[in-house]
Formats: sequence, structure tokens, C-alpha cells
Amino acid sequence: MPVDSATENEVPPQPMGIVEQLVRDDSDRKRFLKMAGSAGAASFGAFVLAACGSSSSSSSSSSTAAAPAATTASSSANTNDIGILNYALTLEYLETEFYAKVIAAKLFSGSVGSLIKTFGAQEATHVAALTAAIKQLGGTPVAKVEGKFPITTAAATADLAYTVENLGASAYLGQAPLIQSKTVLAAALAIHTVEARHASTIGTLVKKSVTPDGGFAKPADMSEVLAAVKPFLA
Amino acid sequence: MSTQTQELTNPELAEVEVHGLTRASFMVRGALAAGAVYGMSAVTPFVSQALAAGGGGDAEILNFALTLEYLESAFYNEKGKTVGLSGQAKTYATDFGAQEAEHVKALTAAIKSLGGTPVAKPTFVFPVSNQSSFLALASTLENTGVGAYNGAAPKISSKEVLAEAGSIVQIEARHAAAINLLINKSPTPNGGFDKPLTEAQVLAAVKPLIKE
Repeated sequence: MPVDSATENEVPPQPMGIVEQLVRDDSDRKRFLKMAGSAGAASFGAFVLAACGSSSSSSSSSSTAAAPAATTASSSANTNDIGILNYALTLEYLETEFYAKVIAAKLFSGSVGSLIKTFGAQEATHVAALTAAIKQLGGTPVAKVEGKFPITTAAATADLAYTVENLGASAYLGQAPLIQSKTVLAAALAIHTVEARHASTIGTLVKKSVTPDGGFAKPADMSEVLAAVKPFLA
Repeated sequence: MSTQTQELTNPELAEVEVHGLTRASFMVRGALAAGAVYGMSAVTPFVSQALAAGGGGDAEILNFALTLEYLESAFYNEKGKTVGLSGQAKTYATDFGAQEAEHVKALTAAIKSLGGTPVAKPTFVFPVSNQSSFLALASTLENTGVGAYNGAAPKISSKEVLAEAGSIVQIEARHAAAINLLINKSPTPNGGFDKPLTEAQVLAAVKPLIKE
């Protein structure tokens, strides 16, 4: 069963701004990825704690009693979800830019070309929806990330699209159990299955499996995903 | 009905047969029948009560999912073998059917691990006679499956159960897109955001396929 046992653990609130820093500041990103590598199979929650040098959110620790006391349950849930949404937004920015560049390269025409345009437009609606959701929760959306994609032949580009969409689907799947708000969860799920539809569609185009993980899709945690997208960050 | 109500309070009677069905299966069939008449607000407490003794809300949601997976599995693995499929349709029916059977197995195990009683497999009737009508119904079932999971998932309490449901719904979405492409339908029929379906909407879609 593709269930990460770590997801059972209580997830501590994610400090707001960590995703923005990772994306904007190259040295932070490298540090994050280096630590992600050393964190191995540790849960994302444990990793965030390590990255931030903060302690457990347990109120039993006297040295950190002040911080949890100042944070209400709902605002820490919001902070957690804003972090996840900003991470998703980062990925959606990359996907949107990827499709924009593929369309500009005029590699595809006919029905494939129109699918690519449709998918690109849908990624852009994800960017808009996530941006609005982050603002609604009182957060600050990350700035647009610049990507760099090796767009050469149609075949290689379609293969890359297959990789990108499968990664996106596994990224949403990895975050879903960490989301606190039911509304945010519903939104993430509505996007998750569209990424899966994209991945499947592109799988048919490149003659690869539409279900590469078999009957149960595998989730990817944040460190795995960020390591995989690193080559595409400009 | 009064004796049944008595039985409901006793988890040890979970496997008791009601007219040849396990009680849990009977509950779901009752819910399917009553849902159409009274709407789900009348039905949901009925099912909740039936399963509350053995696992609570998540077991109820998973039993709902299990019924859909039984439906999909029977469709591909039974109807798919007799309707005369060829080419890509046959390949998909074989591959997707095996995956739906895995979902049945996983959900059954998950319901048991929650202390619930898995529903028995209902008897289905599939009004298809050729590859074209088979694929049209496959599209309906897969797309309904996506909406059903997406609608139910936010009601799941356990993070582990949610992770499993997410892992399954992604596969349903992949099936749905592949089948839609095969019949020249949009692989993303809901646009950029898949629409969650309520239990009532799902039941309305699948009820004609469940033999009373």
C-alpha cells in the first residue's frame, strides 16, 4: 500500500515564507536540497523542523513555550496550508511556463497541438486559483519562478511533458494528507486529478504507460519534488 | 425492520445474512434504493448507523468506494471479456480491470483494518452490447469515480485513509482520460478543476447498473 507511514504523524505548522525563500534565494535553495538529500526518508514535517532549527510544536517544552502560545490553532493551520499552496504554486508556474515555451516552439500541430494548448491554459488557471487561495488565507503568493527547459525535438519535448505532469500529480498526492483545511484539500484534489489526466493523455502520445505506478499512484514528498525540478529552475 | 434495528446495535452480527446478503451489503443496497426516493439526507444516517459500530465514518466512506470499485472491476473483468473488445480497448479493459480489482482488495483490507465490515459484491447489469457502448459506459464510470473520490475525500478523518484514497483517485483520473481520448472526448471534461460529486449524484449515476 503506497502510504507513507510518516504521514500519520502530526505535522507541525510550516513557517510561512520558506517556499518563497527556497525559490528566490539560490543559496537557501541549495541548502534546502542538500539537507533534503541528507534527510532521506524523513517526513516533510521533520525536515522543516531541521531546516528551521525549531523545536517540536509540543507545548511541553519550556524553551519553546512562548511561540506556540502566541499561535492559535487556526492560524497555524493556515500557515501550514499557505506553505503547501505556495509550493504548489511554484510547480504550477513552472508547468505554465513549460507549456508556454512548448507552444512558442510550434513543435505540435493538429489535435496534439490543441491538447498542449488546453493543458497550458489549465495550468494557468491553476496558478490563478492558487494565488487567490493563498491571498484568501492571508498569505503572500510566491513570485513567478523562471524556468529553463531543454525544448528540442517534438519527441523529446513530449517525453519531458510526461515527466513534468507525472511529477506534478505525485507532488499533489504527497501534500494532500498534510493539508489541514477541508476547503483547501478539496481544491488541491480537484487540481490533482487534472494533473493525472494530463499525465495520462501525454502517456498515450508518447506510447508510455498511462499508469506508470500501476494501480496505486505513488506520492512524492517536497524534497523529492524539489530535487526533481531543480534542473528546470533558471 | 425492528429486528434489523436491534441487529444494527450489535457488531457481532455484522456478518448476519439478510435474505442471502450480508447485512452490510444489504445496507448499501437499501441506501441505493432509498437514495433515489428520499434523497441522501435520509439515507446517510441509515448507513452511518449500520457501520458506526465497526469503524465509523471512514469505513462508511470506504464501503461506498468499494461498491464503486466492485462495479468497475466487474465491468472490465466480466463484461469486458464477453462483449467482444479488440485493440486498444481490449488492452485498456485488461489493464484497468486488473487495477480496479487491486482497488477492491485494498479497500476491503482497509475497511477491515478500521474495524468495519466490507460490503459484499452486488450483482450488476451492464447495458452494453459492443465496443462502442462499452467504452461510452467506461467513460461514465471512470469519470464518475473521479468525482466520487474527490467529493468524499475531504470527509475522511484518517490521514492514512486519505492518502490511500488519493492514490486510487489519481488512477481513476488516468483511466478516465485514456478512455475519453479513445472515444474522441476531452480528457479533461471538467476543464482545469475536476468537479467533486456528492453521494447522491454518484448513486444516481450508478443505480441503474445495480441489479435489485
